[in-house]
Amino acid sequence: MSADGRPVLQVADLEVHYGLRRRRRRVLHGVSLSVARGETVGVIGETGSGKSTFARAVLGLVRASGGRILIDGEDVSRYSARQWRALRRRGVVQYVFQDPLRSLDPDLPIEESLIEPLLVQGVGRKEAVERGRAYLARVRLDSELFGRLPGELSGGQRQRVAVARVLVTEPALIILDEPVSALDSANRVGILEILKELRDAGVALIFISHDLGSVAGVADRIAVLYQGEFVEVGDARAVISNPRHPYARLLVGSAPTLRSAAASRAERDALRALLHA
Amino acid sequence: MTRTRSDGTATATVPAARPADPPAGQPPAVPSPAVPSPAVPSPAVAPTTADPQSAAAPPAAQAPALTVRGVRIRDEVNDREIVHGVSFELRPGRAVGIVGESGSGKTLTCRAILGILPAHFAVSAGSIEIAGRDIAGLTTPQWTDLRGSTISAVFQDPASYLNPSLKVGVQIAEVIQVKSGLRRRAARRRALELLTAVHLRDPELVYDQYTFELSGGMLQRVLIATAIAADPQVLIADEATTALDVTVQAEILDLLADLRERNGLALVVVSHDLAVVAQVCDEVLVMREGEVVEHGPTADVLYHPRHEYTRLLIAEHEQYGLDRYLADSDSTTDPDPDPDPEADPHAGIGPVAGEQRKELDDVR
Ligand SMILES: Nc1ncnc2c1ncn2[C@@H]1O[C@H](COP(=O)(O)OP(=O)(O)OP(=O)(O)O)[C@@H](O)[C@H]1O
Ligand SMILES: Nc1ncnc2c1ncn2[C@@H]1O[C@H](COP(=O)(O)OP(=O)(O)OP(=O)(O)O)[C@@H](O)[C@H]1O
Ligand SMILES: [Mg+2]
Ligand SMILES: [Mg+2]
Repeated sequence: MSADGRPVLQVADLEVHYGLRRRRRRVLHGVSLSVARGETVGVIGETGSGKSTFARAVLGLVRASGGRILIDGEDVSRYSARQWRALRRRGVVQYVFQDPLRSLDPDLPIEESLIEPLLVQGVGRKEAVERGRAYLARVRLDSELFGRLPGELSGGQRQRVAVARVLVTEPALIILDEPVSALDSANRVGILEILKELRDAGVALIFISHDLGSVAGVADRIAVLYQGEFVEVGDARAVISNPRHPYARLLVGSAPTLRSAAASRAERDALRALLHA
Repeated sequence: MTRTRSDGTATATVPAARPADPPAGQPPAVPSPAVPSPAVPSPAVAPTTADPQSAAAPPAAQAPALTVRGVRIRDEVNDREIVHGVSFELRPGRAVGIVGESGSGKTLTCRAILGILPAHFAVSAGSIEIAGRDIAGLTTPQWTDLRGSTISAVFQDPASYLNPSLKVGVQIAEVIQVKSGLRRRAARRRALELLTAVHLRDPELVYDQYTFELSGGMLQRVLIATAIAADPQVLIADEATTALDVTVQAEILDLLADLRERNGLALVVVSHDLAVVAQVCDEVLVMREGEVVEHGPTADVLYHPRHEYTRLLIAEHEQYGLDRYLADSDSTTDPDPDPDPEADPHAGIGPVAGEQRKELDDVR
């Protein structure tokens, strides 16, 4: 792999809670992960297990209640809200939200949405427009859509805009939360190929997805999140073709493919029994 | 692992999803009384056209639950036709899949069926019948009556269909009260039943949460619960399981299979996941640039595709398909779908763009 070993992100023993007092609940527990330059880590797991929460914690969008987060060697765990904002504005870390509508300003034509982070960085308008358009083309968005509002696009068009938007600033670490869930297979291949190119260019990527085939295809390593803990972390191919933890086995076994039927109800129940044993 | 290889025809001829093992100790699959659907946004842009006299035939036992005939959709502001004629017929208990290119008009077609096209869009030709009723010229109260109890939907962007400032449980219960006249306590109980049926781990907790407190997959299941609350005859599922992990997705597909069997629910499934479509649907429409390029039984379309675009879609699906990595799958060396020796490779309705054809060649 092209990873050169220097971690862009180091997370150790991360804890996250939501809610106050009686409603306070732990969502992430003892989560550790590091991602090197040029490495792609896939995060798969149960819905509601805390994948998006993990991403938000790494961006300072939710506050960790324990553990450490290092970005490019710098401990950001105790950052104030203002320091986090400054860090995000520098564009070192970028996040593609699971809901593409949240990544995009509903009142801004998408081309404007794309160049905005560049203008913030001090890039001149003309160059920003050029770069913005280049990335929209790269995600295969038809140029006649550039002037539209996000609400006037189809689901997959929006998702591609959201991906293009994080690419323009050329960040060192990109977290993508379900970036291909709304895409037809041709566009999915297109985005996945871009991710591979980014990895080869030295970008560190965290790729959160329920699409196990996509994750297996682009990730170097895979981490399986279950009820707020990483229950298995390992070589991508190994985790998919030979999962060890009972939850990972249930997950991989439940995926339907074009060529083989997924586990039946009875088979899933048997795997689940193992999990609770 | 417990994985049975199924080449095309084998799986595809068993479209009624998985075998119905009695789910020991599973939550009750589905509650019963009738209630309504997601708060459908934006008022109906009443579809035009179609001769109104066709609302005649009373729904016989196997009369179609949904008939779509030559529907075309226009963007009136930009004076463009976006959807160039979609036709299918859906009988009770059956499922039709719509797959295809992003932006090809799948969601607009679904919205046309529900009478909720965005402003400036209109059905410019063709007709739609829901349970034997032509929807052209339905009044707003008639639509309100129909949505939820006869036809309902789960759309791609779940967050847009719920009120962010109300607890999700309260929203479901409200809908139940309005549609079925249940009292508050009963409506709450029923809402909790529905949240259990969609396999939310802690229904009581979710009931009291706001949309921003729910994960993508939890939100999606709240919408599914709402959509099936009133026992609709037709459910439109537009990428309705994409935010779910495959384990929960399997549970939801089982639930829908039960509803088809037990209540004769008819399904329209829009999905980019061809494996889901192969598992669930009896027939498939393949759309590209507003055109239906291929339409037929699932087994034919997905395992013996005739149109170039369908082949491209399948080839690209398999390029990142799970089959490549499954340890005990014997198909890893041959990621291409079984070519049908009889099929004429050029029998498609229209050509694929040059660039895509090249990609298709590259994959082969
Ligand atoms: N703002 C919040 N306040 C309270 N609870 C929250 C909040 N955001 C998320 N949660 C809860 O935290 C848990 C983890 O949510 P998260 O969105 O991280 O899951 P996820 O793994 O991304 O799931 P999915 O695959 O469905 O997107 C869920 O139980 C959710 O209800
Ligand atoms: N509100 C709108 N205003 C203007 N154009 C729109 C609007 N909604 C959709 N469109 C356009 O209509 C075309 C069809 O959109 P539709 O949402 O039906 O696509 P789709 O097949 O569902 O795609 P996807 O798979 O990406 O969800 C697209 O080109 C889209 O940009
Ligand atoms: Mg999430
Ligand atoms: Mg759509």
